[in-house]
Amino acid sequence: MYEGFLDIFDVFLEQSAEFYVWDNAVYLFRAMMTTLTMTIIGCGLGFIFGMIVVYFRRTPGLMFWPVRMTVIFYVETFRRVPFLVLLFLVMFTVKGFGLDFSLFTIACISIVIISTAFIGEIIRAGLDSVHQTQWDTADAMNFSRLQTLRHVILPQAWKVVLPPAFAFFVMFIKDTALTSQVGVLELTQAGKYYNNLGYSAILSFGTVLVLYFILSYPMTRLGWWMEARLHTRRRDERAEFEVGATAYELRGT
Amino acid sequence: MHHLEVDGLTATYDGKILVLDGVSIQVGKGEIVSVIGPSGSGKSTLLRVIMGLLKPKAGHVKLDGDEVDYGNKKSVKALRDRFSIVFQQFNLFQNMDALRNVTIAPVKIRKRDAQKVEKEAIELLGKVGLGDKLHSYPDELSGGQQQRVAIARALALRPEILLLDEVTSALDPELVNEVLDAIRILAKDGMTMMIVSHEMGFVREISTEVIMMDEGKVIEVGSAEQIFDNPQTSRCQDFVGKILRH
Amino acid sequence: MNYTFQWGEAFIEVPYLLGGAWITLHLSFIGFWSGATIGLFGALGKTYGGPVTVKLINWYVIFFTNTPGLVTAFFIFFGLPEFGILLSPYHTILLNIALNSGAYMTEIMRGGFVSVHKTELEAAETMGFTLLQQLRYVIVPHIAKVLFAPLSNWYIWMILGTAMAAIFGVEELTGRVFNRAAETFRSIELYTIAAGMYVAITILASSILVVIGRWAFRVKVKVF
Repeated sequence: MYEGFLDIFDVFLEQSAEFYVWDNAVYLFRAMMTTLTMTIIGCGLGFIFGMIVVYFRRTPGLMFWPVRMTVIFYVETFRRVPFLVLLFLVMFTVKGFGLDFSLFTIACISIVIISTAFIGEIIRAGLDSVHQTQWDTADAMNFSRLQTLRHVILPQAWKVVLPPAFAFFVMFIKDTALTSQVGVLELTQAGKYYNNLGYSAILSFGTVLVLYFILSYPMTRLGWWMEARLHTRRRDERAEFEVGATAYELRGT
Repeated sequence: MHHLEVDGLTATYDGKILVLDGVSIQVGKGEIVSVIGPSGSGKSTLLRVIMGLLKPKAGHVKLDGDEVDYGNKKSVKALRDRFSIVFQQFNLFQNMDALRNVTIAPVKIRKRDAQKVEKEAIELLGKVGLGDKLHSYPDELSGGQQQRVAIARALALRPEILLLDEVTSALDPELVNEVLDAIRILAKDGMTMMIVSHEMGFVREISTEVIMMDEGKVIEVGSAEQIFDNPQTSRCQDFVGKILRH
Repeated sequence: MNYTFQWGEAFIEVPYLLGGAWITLHLSFIGFWSGATIGLFGALGKTYGGPVTVKLINWYVIFFTNTPGLVTAFFIFFGLPEFGILLSPYHTILLNIALNSGAYMTEIMRGGFVSVHKTELEAAETMGFTLLQQLRYVIVPHIAKVLFAPLSNWYIWMILGTAMAAIFGVEELTGRVFNRAAETFRSIELYTIAAGMYVAITILASSILVVIGRWAFRVKVKVF
């Protein structure tokens, strides 16, 4: 075992000289950008759709009952499906219906489906953190729903929404590693590629781990900073314990 | 014809608990009608129902003889254009300073001229003694100051009737008077008001009419003197006796 | 081209997939308690340890919470054999799950430790509680109550996370779908059924945890 370790070390040194060259650096950098881009597109769209979903979920009236139920069903379902399973489901559905989407697009669609559900829950918890009396008061002053949202609720809720939403985004940078399984050429796939070329796993996957860390850690710190900056006295306890936010908030710490 | 006429108003919470049971009240122009009664007697609910924050089960509310249809958004909107309410918990918009709290609805909802509204708002805040707190946020103000901002905010909407819902109940005792003083000024100006309050001395001093409620029903209606010195019903005698004893 | 669904062919596989779901539960359960053990020691070390211990634990936590579980799994799966250590796929994935969730649970549990207030302990001390009694009656019940909800959520999260084991050939729910999808070409149907099973499993687990929480710890929480 001890000798084995020395052998590994020799191989490692030998391969390193070959591995750490400009071309590979460019290749890995591109893969890293793919990882980042699909996370940004997926979570960005997820945020927009999440807002729409919450808006429908909170629209009162009997007429909107089917819409509300659909939205609740959607959110509850897609928060409970593993990302890996969803990826394959989306891929086979796209292919089964003969659609000509790139693997990158398939990955983005999958991310949007999941992030809409999760970020929707985070936004809902944020809106709930603004006390009902603020709605009543605005109501009594003849604010419309949109006016109340725009002038009263959103200016208070965004501080509660942003930290967990950002934590979700940072977490998803790591979860996009699974898209390598449908063949997207992102960071993990790049690691597999080099490993298959015969480079040691310590070298190929080790390098990829470091690159993920470089992507994720500064943003984690940024998230902490944001959380500390935006933490207000008025913040409602409910928002912190509302689930959806919880799992991700914990992952962010 | 009275200015505000409430007739047989009935309301429930969650469709089960009866909180208002056939309440009838008349308020004339320039009158100050106070509603008293033990906690849970439905006083605050009465104001919430009148404002359309809680839908009534039965009964009518008439404004200058025109009936309000609480199932109809337009009708409720029209009513809210003529009424203002001040809440027990102030309910200032936390994301706006005092001045913006007062100006937001007239400017954004009523679409009145921003500069004129601001001038009026500064006057109003001065009137309630907060001329130096225009740019303070709610969490920088004491409860009494917040409640006075809330009163100024309600007045900025130029209501025909002002509803005051236990506006001093959430305040520390030493802050109660500054809010009551603000209301006294309004009374002097001839503002029509409906007041729900536990401050019996104040109610007695200011009211043109006092209504005693219990268990969602009106028990007795009369002048302040009648209700406090010579109550007719035993339930009212009981309540007033308990309150005046200490 | 339009896809023709053939649910019948897919539904035949339900019993086989349910067997996989059982392995999923099994894997997540063992993974959870292994991670919880690491997390407990991590949190203890971080709360009561010396500066070196704290630093080491911090590095461990920061590393695993900022790198994908899939890549650490590849690293272990292909890396360990290079050192001559051969583990079965199941044990590799279990090791990875334990290390990964151990890092997150260190943070979760530390939150619980920190939440025990000094005043509570002072009150217990003035009432003549010994240290053991304080542990038994004040500290542990308090921590259990605080930690129940976040740990429950974490467990649900782990059920979903174990789908990753399929990539390494572990025949849990997703792994079994991999197998059958390749043979029958009823991929959409099979993945849909699997997704439904995950939804069902997690809802079931959430409900059970809510009941346990109310009954044993008197906490009213929505789990996931």
